[in-house]
Amino acid sequence: MDRPLRLIAGNPLDELARTLEALLVVASQPLPVEELAGAAADDPERVELALGLLSERYSEGRSGIVLEHVAGGYAFRASRSAAEACARLFERPVQRGLSQAALETLAVVAYLGPCSRPEIARIRGVAADSAVAGLLERGLIAEAGRDDGAGGAIRYRVTPLFERVFGLESLSALPRLDDIAEDTERIRERLHAVAERRGA
Amino acid sequence: MIVRELELDLDAFEGPFDLLLTLVLRDELDLAEVDVASIVVAFVERLLQREQLDLEACGEFLVLIAALLELKARGLFTEEDADLADLEPEEAAEELARRLAEYRRMKEAAAWLSDRLDGERDRFFRLAPAPLAPRAERRLAPQDPEQLAAVLRLLAAEPPTLSLRHMALKFPPLSQFVDRFRALLSRRSRFDFDQEIEGLSRVEQAVAFLALLELRRTNEVALAQAAPLAPIRVARIDVERSLEWTVRSA
Repeated sequence: MDRPLRLIAGNPLDELARTLEALLVVASQPLPVEELAGAAADDPERVELALGLLSERYSEGRSGIVLEHVAGGYAFRASRSAAEACARLFERPVQRGLSQAALETLAVVAYLGPCSRPEIARIRGVAADSAVAGLLERGLIAEAGRDDGAGGAIRYRVTPLFERVFGLESLSALPRLDDIAEDTERIRERLHAVAERRGA
Repeated sequence: MIVRELELDLDAFEGPFDLLLTLVLRDELDLAEVDVASIVVAFVERLLQREQLDLEACGEFLVLIAALLELKARGLFTEEDADLADLEPEEAAEELARRLAEYRRMKEAAAWLSDRLDGERDRFFRLAPAPLAPRAERRLAPQDPEQLAAVLRLLAAEPPTLSLRHMALKFPPLSQFVDRFRALLSRRSRFDFDQEIEGLSRVEQAVAFLALLELRRTNEVALAQAAPLAPIRVARIDVERSLEWTVRSA
C-alpha cells in the first residue's frame, strides 16, 4: 500500500534527463554538454542522449518551453507561440534599437574579431567609439586582450550573449560572405576605369 | 526651387541643406556620419514634386553634392592620404576597391544580422547574471607533517594571562578616612592634610580629600589654605564637636 507511484516506465535515461531538466531550469545561460555532464556526474555521451529525449519533449508545438542548442550549449527558452504574451510582460533591452552603425560594428567584430576600435574604424570609415561603447553596455561584445606592443589598443570579440540573441549555435553558424563577390568585382571595374582615365 | 533650402531628415542631421553645409565646413558635424545618398534622394523627391525640370537647381545641387562627396572621401582616408598619393592610379584604385569591398561585405553582414534579429523577434529566453559557481577546491602544496606539528605546537601554546589590574580603580571606603581624621582630631585640634596623605596612592589621596569635604559638610572641621596649592590646614570645630560629644556620651 505504501509503494511509491511509478508514473514513467523505467527508461534508464529518465533520471539523468530529470537532472538535466533541473540544471537547465536553474541556468541563466546555455550550458555546454561537458558542463552538464560534470554537474550531473554522468557520461557526456549519455548526457547527449538524454538531451535528445528532452529536445523531443520540449519542442515547438508540444510545450511552452523549448530546449534549444544555442551559443555552444543547451538552454530553455519560451516557445515562439508564446512570444506575444512574453512581449507584453518583458522588454528586451539587448536587441532593441540596434542602430545601423551598431550592427555594422557588430558584424566587423563577429567576422574579424578579436579586433580593435581603430581596425573597426578603418573598415567602416567612421569612428566606432560610441557604437563599441553601446555594444559593450548591451553585453554583445567584450574585451579580449590588447593589440601587440606596449599600449596596444583594446581588442573586442562577440560574447555568448551575441550568439544567443541572434540564435546561433556558434560563430561558425554565421553565413559566409563570399556570395557578394560579384558586386565587389563591379566596383573594382568601375574604379579601374576611373584610374585609367586619370592616368592617361 | 532653392537648393540651399532643401529640407533634410537624415540620421545625423535634420534641417535645411545650407545649415548642413555650414556645420560641415565648421567641423561641427562629422561628414562621415552623413548619408550623402539620402540627400540625393531627398533632392530627387523634391524635384519630382514639381512639374518642370529646374535645370539651374540641378546644376547647383550637383556642384554642392560633388563638393560634399569629395570632402567626405578625403575625410575617410585622412591618415593614409600620403600613402594613397604615392600610389599609381591603378594601385590606388585597387586599394580603394579592396577597402570598399571589405566594407561592403561588412555592410552585407550587418544586413544579415539585422534580418536575423527580426527573425528571432519571437524568441524569448531568460537573461540573468550567472549564478556563482562553487569555489574550486584549493590544492595545498605537500607539507612535512613534523614541521606542521612543530608550527602547530607553537600556536597551541597557552598565551600568558594578561593582567587587567590596571584597568580597575580600587577605591578605599570613604569612611576609613572619615574615621581616621576624626580620631586624629580627637587627639589634636588641628593637622596638616598634605602631611597626613603623604605616601598614599593618587586614588587614596582623592578619597581622603572627599572624606575631608564630608567632614566639612557635617561641620566638624574648618579648612584653611593660605594660597592655591598651598598646604591645607584642618582644624577641629570645638564647640560643636564637644556638643556632639556631650550628646553622644550622655
